[in-house]
Amino acid sequence: MRFVDEFRDADTAHALSAKITALCEPGRQYKLMEVCGGHTHTIYKHGLEDYLPEQITLVHGPGCPVCVIPMGRVDDAMALAAEPDVIMTSFGDMMRVPGSNGSFFDAKARGTDIRMVYSPLDSLKIARKNPDKRVVFMAIGFETTAPSTAMTVLRAAAEGLANFSIFCNHVTIVPAIKAILDSPDLRLDGFLGPGHVSTVIGCRPYEFIARDYGKPVVVAGFEPLDILQSIYMLMLQLSEGRSEVENQYSRVVPWNGNTVALRAIGETMELRPYFEWRGLGFISHSALGVREQYAAFDAERLFAVPGVRVADPKACQCGEVLKGVLKPWECKVFGTACTPETPIGTCMVSPEGACAAYYNYGRLTRQRVKEASQT
Amino acid sequence: MCLGIPGEVIEFLPDQPDLARVDVSGVRRVINIGLLVDDPPRPGEWVLIHVGFALSKIDEDEAAAAMQFLEGIGQAYEDELAALAESRIE
Amino acid sequence: MTADRGAGPAQAGPAQAGWVQEALRVHDEQEHGRRGSPQPAPGTVREDLVLERIDRARRSRPRIREERITMAHGAGGKATQTLIEAMFLDGFSNPLLQPLEDAARLEVSGARLALTTDSYVVSPLFFPGGNIGDLAVNGTVNDLSTSGASPLYLSAGFILEEGFEVRDLGKIVASMREAADAAGVQVVTGDTKVVERGKADGCYINTAGVGLISHDLDLGVASARPGDAIIVSGPIGDHGITIMLARGELDIEADVTSDTAPLNGLVAGLLAATPGVRALRDATRGGVATILNEIARSAGVGVLVRENDIPVRTEVRGASELLGIDPMYVACEGRLVAVTAPEAAGPALDALRAHPLGGAAAIIGQVTADPPGIVQLKTAFGGTRIVDLLVGDPLPRIC
Repeated sequence: MRFVDEFRDADTAHALSAKITALCEPGRQYKLMEVCGGHTHTIYKHGLEDYLPEQITLVHGPGCPVCVIPMGRVDDAMALAAEPDVIMTSFGDMMRVPGSNGSFFDAKARGTDIRMVYSPLDSLKIARKNPDKRVVFMAIGFETTAPSTAMTVLRAAAEGLANFSIFCNHVTIVPAIKAILDSPDLRLDGFLGPGHVSTVIGCRPYEFIARDYGKPVVVAGFEPLDILQSIYMLMLQLSEGRSEVENQYSRVVPWNGNTVALRAIGETMELRPYFEWRGLGFISHSALGVREQYAAFDAERLFAVPGVRVADPKACQCGEVLKGVLKPWECKVFGTACTPETPIGTCMVSPEGACAAYYNYGRLTRQRVKEASQT
Repeated sequence: MCLGIPGEVIEFLPDQPDLARVDVSGVRRVINIGLLVDDPPRPGEWVLIHVGFALSKIDEDEAAAAMQFLEGIGQAYEDELAALAESRIE
Repeated sequence: MTADRGAGPAQAGPAQAGWVQEALRVHDEQEHGRRGSPQPAPGTVREDLVLERIDRARRSRPRIREERITMAHGAGGKATQTLIEAMFLDGFSNPLLQPLEDAARLEVSGARLALTTDSYVVSPLFFPGGNIGDLAVNGTVNDLSTSGASPLYLSAGFILEEGFEVRDLGKIVASMREAADAAGVQVVTGDTKVVERGKADGCYINTAGVGLISHDLDLGVASARPGDAIIVSGPIGDHGITIMLARGELDIEADVTSDTAPLNGLVAGLLAATPGVRALRDATRGGVATILNEIARSAGVGVLVRENDIPVRTEVRGASELLGIDPMYVACEGRLVAVTAPEAAGPALDALRAHPLGGAAAIIGQVTADPPGIVQLKTAFGGTRIVDLLVGDPLPRIC
C-alpha cells in the first residue's frame, strides 16, 4: 500500500532508534506526550516502544474523543436513541461505551434502533430512506471529524431534509493540551502533535506551547516510522536547546490548515461557553455546538435531553489515565474488573483509548518481548 | 475512527461535482471531496480519506522528501554497520 | 434545549453504582483465594504483578454478565466463547463435548465417527463466490475434515421466510448439490419449516454431518507443544470482506470473492504426507486470530506469529484498512490452520502447496512455551504485540 508500507520499514526503524538513543543525555529521563489517541494506538499496535531506550517514556494524552465524553453525555445519547421513531446512528467506537444503563450495544439488544455508520453521509442516506423516522447522528471527534459533520449538516440544509439532526459532541484539542500544560501533576519534555487534527487547524495553534511553555512540538504522522522520526526530531530539539513547532507530517499537513474545512465548521457550529471533559473537568471554549441558524439540525434543541451531570464510578481512573498521570496498568481496576469485554470506563472501550491499546496489544513484560524478538 | 487512509483519485462522478471515486489498494470507494474545493485533486493525485471525506491532498514532493530522509538514515546505518564489521580492534 | 449545566454537584446515576459494584464484587471473589499473597505497598505497583493479576482474572470461570443476547455473542470472539462455556458446555456437560473441537469424536460399535453441525444466517444470501447453500455444505464438510474424518453424509434443515422466492430456493439447492458432489458427500435427510414474513431473513440453513475416522491420529489443539509449526493454507479474510462489501451499504467495490471450498481433499493429502500433524482447524467466524487463541488457551502454550509471513490479498488488506478492521479477525470459509511437529512442517507445507486450494500455504509462526495462553505477533515493523480474542462485533452475520 502506497504511502503506508514505506513508512513501516524495520531497518530504517533500527537506524532511527540508534540515533534517538544517541541523543539521550546520560542519566536523564525524558517524558514525551503523544496527544492523539490514534498515535497511542499505532505505538502499541506496531510495538514501537521496543525501539525506544529506557530513558524515554511515552505519556499517553487525552486526544481520544470517545474517551473524554463524560457519562452524563452518554446517558443523553441513550435517551435520544430511546425516543419514539428515532434512528440513532453512530460510529462503531461509541457502540460499547457504558452509560448509567448500559451502552448503545445493550440498548440495541433491547430493541432500540441504533445503527453503526462509517460516515455522517451514511446517516444522511438513512434519513432520506426513512422519511417517517427522525435520524440522529452522534457526532464525536476533534477538529479532524468536525468538518465532515459540518459538511453533512450543510448538505442536509441544502436538501431541506426535515428528519435529520446531530447530537454534537465535537471537542477542540488546544484547550486539552493547555489543561495538561497547566497541570501540576505532570512534567513533560515535549509533545507529539496530533497529525490529522492539524490537517484542519494547521500547525500555528501549537506555537504557544513552544513560545510560552518552552516545550518542543512535532506534528506527527501515523505510520510507525512517522512516529519514530518525530521522536527523533523532538530529541534533536531538546539536545540543541530549541523549542519550536515542527511538521514531520508535511506530506499531509499544510502549515495553515484547511480553510474550507474551518469555514464549514464556522458556518454551522460555534464554541460552547464551557463543556465537561472526563477527567479534566469543565473547560471553557473547548467544544462545539450547533449554531442558531442550523437549529433544525440540532438534536439538543429538537429533543428534551436530560442533561444531568453524572460522576464517573469511583473505581474508574480514566481521568488520570487521560491526563497521563497514570499508565493504564496502574489503574486499580485495569484488566481485572475493567476489561474490553466488561469496560468500566471509556479508556478501555474506545479503540483509541490508552487502556484498550495496552490491554489488546501491549500486555507483555519487556523480558518476554526480548525473548520473542530473538526468534 | 480517527483513521486517515491514503487513496488515489480515479475519477469524478459526472453529475456530482462533490464526489470522486478513489482507489485504496485495489478497493474502490466513492468519497466526498467538498473540503478540497479550493484546490480539487485531479485523477492520479492522492488524498487522505477520513469518514468518507477527503481531508487533504498528499503532497508527493513532501512524501518523497520524507522518504529520502528516512532512506538516508537507513543507508547511514547500513554504512555504519558495515564500517563496524570491517574495523576490528585486535 | 439541554438544561444549562452548572458546575454543581454531580448525581450518581441510579443503576450506575449497581453494575460497577457487581463487577468489583466478582473480581474480589476471584481474588479471595489469593489472600495470604504479599500485598504490594501502595505506590509500588509493578507492571509484572499487574500482568499476573490480569492473567488470573482471564483464567477465571466464565460468566455471562448480560441479561440479553447481543450480536457480540455471535461474532466468534470473546462473548461467543463465554456463552459456549458458561451456557452450553456447562448445561450439557459431558466428556465428548468438552474438547470443543470442530467436530465431536464418537466411538460407535468399534467405528470412530465424527459428528458436527453448523447453522448459516449469512446476509446477503448470494455473494461473489457462492451463496448460503455452498457455505452450508462446505462448512460442515470442513468441520469434519479438520477432525481428521472423511465426510460422508449431511443433513439439511431449512427455515424459510414467508415470501421467499421459490426460484432463489432452487438456486440454493442446486448449489448445495454441486458442492456436495464436489466434496463427495450426500444430503440424506433434512427438514423444512416456514415462518412469517419478517423472521428468518429469507432463508436460514442448518447442516449436520457425519464422517468416518480411519487413522490413529488424535487431532486436537490441546496437543500443541512448544516448537510446533503453525501453517495457514492460503490468504486470509477473503470471505468476511466479500460479505461486508456485498451488503452494499458501504459504497465500496473491490474484486474479492468468497473462498468457500471443501477442504477434505486438501486434508487427505496433508495427512497422507506426514504423521506429524497435531491439529487442524477451519478458520471461520472470528478468523485466524480466534484459532491461534484457542491453541494457546487449550494447550496452555504461547503462540508467536510473524505479520510478514501471513498471506493476505492486497484488496482484502485495502478494504480492511478502510473499514478499520484487522484481517486476522475476518472470517474465511475455505482455509485451514494446521499445527504440526517441527520436523513435519516442511512436508506439510509441500503437501498443501501441491493441492489447488493450498497454493499459497505458508508457515506463519510457531508454538512457544512462554507466555502461556498468549498469542504474540511480530509486526512487519519489528515490534511485538498481542493478538487477543475479538471483543464486540465489527462484522455481523458473516456466515
